[in-house]
Amino acid sequence: MTAPPAGARTLDESRSKALLADYGVPIAAERVVADAVGAVDAARALGGRVVVKLCGDAIAHKTERGLVRLGVEGDGAVAAAATELLAAARPDDGEVAILVAEMVSGSRELIAGLHRDPQFGATVMLGVGGILAEAVRDVAFRMAPLDELDAHEMIDDLATQRLLGPFRGEPAVDRAALVGVMLGLARLAAERPDVVAVDINPLIVVGGAPVAVDALVELAPDATS
Amino acid sequence: MSSAHLRPEHFRALFDPRGVVVAGAATHPGKFGFVSLHNLLASGYEGRVAGTNLRGESVLGIDTVASIDDLPADQYDLVFVCTPAAANPEVLRSAAAKGIKAAFVTSAGYGEAGEQGAAAQAELVALGSELDLLIAGPNGQGVVSTPSQLCAQIVAPYPPAGSIGIASQSGNFVSSFQNWALFTGVGVSRAVSAGNAAMVTVADYLDHYAEDPHTRVGLAYVESIVDGRAFAERARAITERMPLVVVKGGATEGGAAAAASHTGALAADDRVFDGVCRQVGVTRATTVEEAFEAAATFATQPLPRGPRTVVLTTAGGWGVVTADAIAAGDLELIELPDDLAEAIDGHLPPRWSRSNPVDLAGGETRDTIPTVLELIAAHDQVDAVVYLGLGIQSNQARMMREGRFYPDHGLERIVDYHQRQDARFATAAAEISTRTGKPILTATELSVADPTNAGPAAVRASARLCYGSANRAVTALEHLWRHARWRQRRGLDG
Repeated sequence: MTAPPAGARTLDESRSKALLADYGVPIAAERVVADAVGAVDAARALGGRVVVKLCGDAIAHKTERGLVRLGVEGDGAVAAAATELLAAARPDDGEVAILVAEMVSGSRELIAGLHRDPQFGATVMLGVGGILAEAVRDVAFRMAPLDELDAHEMIDDLATQRLLGPFRGEPAVDRAALVGVMLGLARLAAERPDVVAVDINPLIVVGGAPVAVDALVELAPDATS
Repeated sequence: MSSAHLRPEHFRALFDPRGVVVAGAATHPGKFGFVSLHNLLASGYEGRVAGTNLRGESVLGIDTVASIDDLPADQYDLVFVCTPAAANPEVLRSAAAKGIKAAFVTSAGYGEAGEQGAAAQAELVALGSELDLLIAGPNGQGVVSTPSQLCAQIVAPYPPAGSIGIASQSGNFVSSFQNWALFTGVGVSRAVSAGNAAMVTVADYLDHYAEDPHTRVGLAYVESIVDGRAFAERARAITERMPLVVVKGGATEGGAAAAASHTGALAADDRVFDGVCRQVGVTRATTVEEAFEAAATFATQPLPRGPRTVVLTTAGGWGVVTADAIAAGDLELIELPDDLAEAIDGHLPPRWSRSNPVDLAGGETRDTIPTVLELIAAHDQVDAVVYLGLGIQSNQARMMREGRFYPDHGLERIVDYHQRQDARFATAAAEISTRTGKPILTATELSVADPTNAGPAAVRASARLCYGSANRAVTALEHLWRHARWRQRRGLDG
């Protein structure tokens, strides 16, 4: 993955998700903390296994840099993960924090996003997500604004329809909820001209319902947020 | 409209002119000014034809004049411009003074020719607006309009009359589509090569076609879309009125160039254009033949009301491959309804498939195929039929006819019978389709391998397309169903 173009700015994961939540995108519960002590408190509050990530405006693709620890459980493990991640920060990452999130799981990972096309303007995307998204390239685009029918047809456009039905003991994907995500992205495109791109990847299907587990909002170079 | 002054009468002047002036008519058979005049005269255009030529030479029996100024007023509607770019302002002024409303400019040296050319093109458009002229091109290959038997183009061929309206950013694509029309017999209403599309764009022509009683479907080639949003809006306004098949050259620019996001990277490869087409009801095809066959199917078959498809075949293997093709896409290979199977039982020996594909397994007698085709198409759970196996017997008949035993040993009689039967089946397919209002697509490679075969020849005579393979028929039918579904879901058929 390439770095953001010079001058472009990205919101950190937590702020990206907060913005998307305002537009109706379901987000896994999470806390942003400064250090290992805060991480332990956050993990206790969330309960169970958690995800620990390094988070910062200039950090775009955490997985590629090994800045995501999945399924961390217990005070010691959480504290160790937070300490290691903070130590992995580079000077050019700027201000960083630790994000502790509820560990959601599902076999299916989708991707959704917003892209401002040079010819067709704001477009909304839905596809098969996860780390293989760009290799698989099973995606559908529509121009924003789009209506519910368009969003349903995007779901139908995906080649991997089997992924959307009942799958490995999990129920079929809640299409209405998926439509909600796409309509939310379209609304965001209209109301926030300063947002040039959004990635929600993965959008994990948890018991049929899509939940954004990572997200990146890219802002126009001259915008302030 | 790219140019505010354009009205329907300008398009009528282009497509149905009372008279045509070829400006720059030439005596050399290699020059545009000769070829265009030749094509115009050779294709049966019945309006007035005049030519200009600086030396006043006679070209192909037309006594040219030195200038349009020397022609009578209000007798010509279209000037076909083959003069060098520098001469064109004067040509256009003279034309407008004689009441001409449309100009097709073939001349190069405009937008495609650097900064100076771009300036000349801007001046050309401004002059056209000032003179109340429609200017097609420049740098285009011409215009065809079969209702007026007009073939004002510098390329071949002149296609048969039909209801496909072609507009293209590349003149050679017009030629390609017209060659397919000539080969298949599924004809063209209007065709235009937009050239540099300085004043009139592909979308403008298509918009005109959507209001044209001679045109049922638009067929377009586009490569550079400057304003995608505007294109999408125009396309949607067209697809609400008629199906529109588009081939696009060149991937969407810039999508991936500066993309930091996965979404941006995934927007490359033309995915955005693909989604836009689906959103606005455009039928997108990837190849020339797929595009032509989709358009030809829109032009000659009723739209299916649903995806439920039945395959009728006289031989097993073809049916299996066709079933696979149907199952792979948006069409539905239905289970054969019990009452339909029972109805067919009465007409076939027990070895027939009793499933979909309906495989007659060689059990047919004289009237089986038309009868079974009618039973299938008339059934209320069937939306479309693909018919395979036409022409087999005529293929054998050809071998007999060309063999050394003909016409003895009863060969003449059997050859006649087979050919009559195949012709009958083809005609029945078209008639039953019309009667039931459902598409029936006939496919056999004989339409390509031996177009004179009585089967494909009769499909052609019935004004339908005989598909070169079942897969191609399925692809075309799927395009029809997708468009029909797009209309249905948006309440456009109420």
